Amino acid sequence: MIRSAYYDSSLRRVYAMCLRYLYLLRSSWPRIIELAYWPTVQMILWGLISQFFAENSTWLAQAAGVLIGAVLLWDVVFRGQLGVSLVFFEELHARNLAHLFVSPLRPLELVSSLLLISFIRAALGVGVAALLAIPMYQYSIFDLGLPLIAFFANLLVMGWAMGLIVSALVLRFGVGAESLAWVVVFAIAPLSGIFYPIEILPQWAQYLAWLLPASHVFEGLRAVMFDGQFPLSLFYTATLLNAVYLMVSIAIFLYVFALARRHGLLMRIGE
Amino acid sequence: MTEHVIAVSQLRKVYGEVTAVSDLDFNVKRGSITALLGGNGAGKTTTLSMLLGILLPTQGDIHLFGIDMQSDRFKVLPRINFSSPYVDLPQRLTVAENLRVYARLYGVKQREARINTLLKDLDLKAFSKRRYGTLSAGQKTRVAIAKALLNEPELLLLDEPTASLDPDSADRIRQHLLEYKRRTNATILLASHNMAEVEQLCDDVMMLHRGGIVARGTPQALIESFRRQSMEEVFIDITRETVRFTDRVTEEDPIEL
Repeated sequence: MIRSAYYDSSLRRVYAMCLRYLYLLRSSWPRIIELAYWPTVQMILWGLISQFFAENSTWLAQAAGVLIGAVLLWDVVFRGQLGVSLVFFEELHARNLAHLFVSPLRPLELVSSLLLISFIRAALGVGVAALLAIPMYQYSIFDLGLPLIAFFANLLVMGWAMGLIVSALVLRFGVGAESLAWVVVFAIAPLSGIFYPIEILPQWAQYLAWLLPASHVFEGLRAVMFDGQFPLSLFYTATLLNAVYLMVSIAIFLYVFALARRHGLLMRIGE
Repeated sequence: MTEHVIAVSQLRKVYGEVTAVSDLDFNVKRGSITALLGGNGAGKTTTLSMLLGILLPTQGDIHLFGIDMQSDRFKVLPRINFSSPYVDLPQRLTVAENLRVYARLYGVKQREARINTLLKDLDLKAFSKRRYGTLSAGQKTRVAIAKALLNEPELLLLDEPTASLDPDSADRIRQHLLEYKRRTNATILLASHNMAEVEQLCDDVMMLHRGGIVARGTPQALIESFRRQSMEEVFIDITRETVRFTDRVTEEDPIEL
């Protein structure tokens, strides 16, 4: 008899959902190109700006590639967030949520698969741009070494948290709220100190900036590139903030999922 | 093992000021094919959604296989499945890819063999590599039925299982469902607007009106008690309120008019 046991492997269901998203990615070349398109365009643009300023700015001349490194890492946040929210929107557009949640799939397993796929999408998208930067600008972000892993992981998790909150809002308020996926990340960009130190912000904005894991990461990036030091305090703070934000975002997503069950949204959403 | 696969008690769903389902009480026996009938807005989809666990009741209890759906639905979900023409599968995935994903979600053993059997039985073999979104409505309905049968569910909930199918395809699906039920002794609860289908398939009919069950019995018993020629006429009587309902009906006391 072909029948699953009561306690099916959670990992198998997460894998099934990852497979579903990989099938989707494979089925559409525009989706594959889109992964690397913006990171590459941004990298080319900021690479040219860097080249110009490297010859005209002593600050940039001290650490060639700081702008390219920053733009590549900032894209990790953006790709991480889009990787969660856009993939979740696929389920809404496909009007597939009801099928998923009458299956043994648990909401937390869906979240896990979204995070995994987001990691793959971010690594592919930013990875292509990072590799292209080597021959184009003789700059390899991989020279950062181990700190790169810390930066990547922290920025990705920050993107996940934003992606889950955006997904929760769209689940609650419908596909009309989808544009949030494209704008939310830009709202926090000025406070993240991507291209400049946090200390140049007004004092009130600095308080807000230090609440963002990205600010700690970009300060850390500059410390590594200018001073050759990896400030652990910045890393620990970013990690702590991310742990809190990720837990809060998962809790919000699960709460909204419960609301969706109460209001009958799982059957209706996408219409 | 409980006799009743579905046991619903005092089930109620209220959206704001609208009561979609009110004080529903019914049981469904193992191995039966039961129809949930009613006009648009009668509460069929709301009831099915609550049985499936994707809609929380405002009040009341649902037990499937004797297990409380509110507290333990993940023990039940691997044993049931569902199909509806109003809930899609991912459009860009092929038929086979869709079935593979769901086979993994349901923990189906020998996945490829099971998928191949269903593709063959439901005459979908030629479409297995076609994207779901490129299929006709009838082909999509057959894929949805294949997905619903992947885990050989003990309880199958079907919303209009033959909608969009031509008479030949619809008959094949009905025969397939009958054969499936005969082979596995599965319980099937279906919502349908096709009264001829209900007469052919179902041994038990629940008529929903304004969110409550107003008549219940075998198709023949309902036709006789309404003094009509067919289920279609019974359906029209109920939706147009040309009969008066004295009270809620129960399984033990099936038809009250």
